[in-house]
Amino acid sequence: MTKKKDNSFEDSLKRLQEISDTLEKGEISLEESIKLYEEGINLAKFCYTILKQAELKVTELKKQLENGIKE
Amino acid sequence: MLETANIFSVSEITNLIKVTLEENFQEINIIGEISNFKAHISGHWYFTLKDANAQISCTMWRGVNNYVFFTPQDGMKVIVKGKVTVYPPRGSYQIDVRSMKPAGIGELQAAFEKLKQKLSDEGLFDPVHKKPVPKFPRKIGIATAIDGAAFQDMKSIAARRFPLIELVIAPCKVQGESAAEEIVESIKLLNKQKDIDIIIIGRGGGSLEDLWAFNEEIVARAVFDSKIPIISAVGHEIDFTISDFVADLRAPTPSAAIELATPNRDDLFAFISEFSYYFTEKISGIINDNIQEIELITSSYGFRLPQDLIKSNTQFLDNSLLRFQNFFDNRMMIDANQLRLMESKIESYNITNTLKRGFVLAKQEGKIVPRKEKIELTKPIELEFYDGEIKINND
Repeated sequence: MTKKKDNSFEDSLKRLQEISDTLEKGEISLEESIKLYEEGINLAKFCYTILKQAELKVTELKKQLENGIKE
Repeated sequence: MLETANIFSVSEITNLIKVTLEENFQEINIIGEISNFKAHISGHWYFTLKDANAQISCTMWRGVNNYVFFTPQDGMKVIVKGKVTVYPPRGSYQIDVRSMKPAGIGELQAAFEKLKQKLSDEGLFDPVHKKPVPKFPRKIGIATAIDGAAFQDMKSIAARRFPLIELVIAPCKVQGESAAEEIVESIKLLNKQKDIDIIIIGRGGGSLEDLWAFNEEIVARAVFDSKIPIISAVGHEIDFTISDFVADLRAPTPSAAIELATPNRDDLFAFISEFSYYFTEKISGIINDNIQEIELITSSYGFRLPQDLIKSNTQFLDNSLLRFQNFFDNRMMIDANQLRLMESKIESYNITNTLKRGFVLAKQEGKIVPRKEKIELTKPIELEFYDGEIKINND
């Protein structure tokens, strides 16, 4: 259920880092850097909202009741 | 015969011994060193207590032995409480042990060192077995007491630090009776779940005895066998337990374990906003550079040349137009002058002006008679004055 979302958060963050490095190097065309920049900004917004809205989930695993082995 | 009178059968004497011993040693404490300790699969313990000159065999039934918070190890000095029992079929006597505790804290430390050495020799601590702890966990399994302060701390820190994750707790006792077994069970249960990224086992601070469950061999092996990376966070910074050595990562405290296991949301926020700010600047910078470059080019001589040409040509055009215009005007003027000249000349022949000056025009039959001799007095003559024409001689 949250699998996909979290996956994409992590991937987006990685992609954001990639873009940051590429832009940093600056060996790409203007057009390319603008395109990358726009992708970056969208990713940044996406990650930001996920982080902002995230809420901790806590679940408890019930142990199967010992059926009398250890009386 | 007399002898038969006081001859005991084996059973009789054994029975007498049994009654005497069992009645007189109902509840006794014994201190001694454990040796050839054996935990039977049935759960019952068999071992010998010895000192320099003697030894006595002991049994501890499962029902009571799981109350012992540690697993006895050969060489450990312990104090046991129990009663003497006689086992007629083999003519042996033993202690039926009801409770056991280490003879002193030193015993525990000694046992700790011993087990540590044993497991280390077996390679359980080797870094090569240490699994890397993922940087972006989605689910973190926790084996600790659900009502413990440690778990509350872990929850609050996780909520503040990286609420994207889900904490999955497999509750277990962390000290006292069968704590070690419950910890092992929790680890196994968490390993059964499919999507747990990291397991944290641990508890809050306590004495060596309180933390002892994490020094038990079965816990060490469960940690070692776990497919999922385990962070061991037992007690405070100064407390080191066997599970710390076997685990893939040791955290000084349960709260620190959460911090080790999760990225910090604030750092991520910082990274994201830095990205947005920095690269907005950088991109607009790049764009401006490009604009300047374009401007440079367009203002370059080569680029201006066509414009200049156009300019100069237009100038030429204007000039020639101008010249043409002038020429044309001049011609126009000259022609106009000539025209006016002619016009005035014609005008000068223009009779009306002469008439105006008082001259009269003689005409006959509409034709001007310029000379006296041309006039035919017999015909009517028309005299044209400036202000009109009259006819005379019209009879």
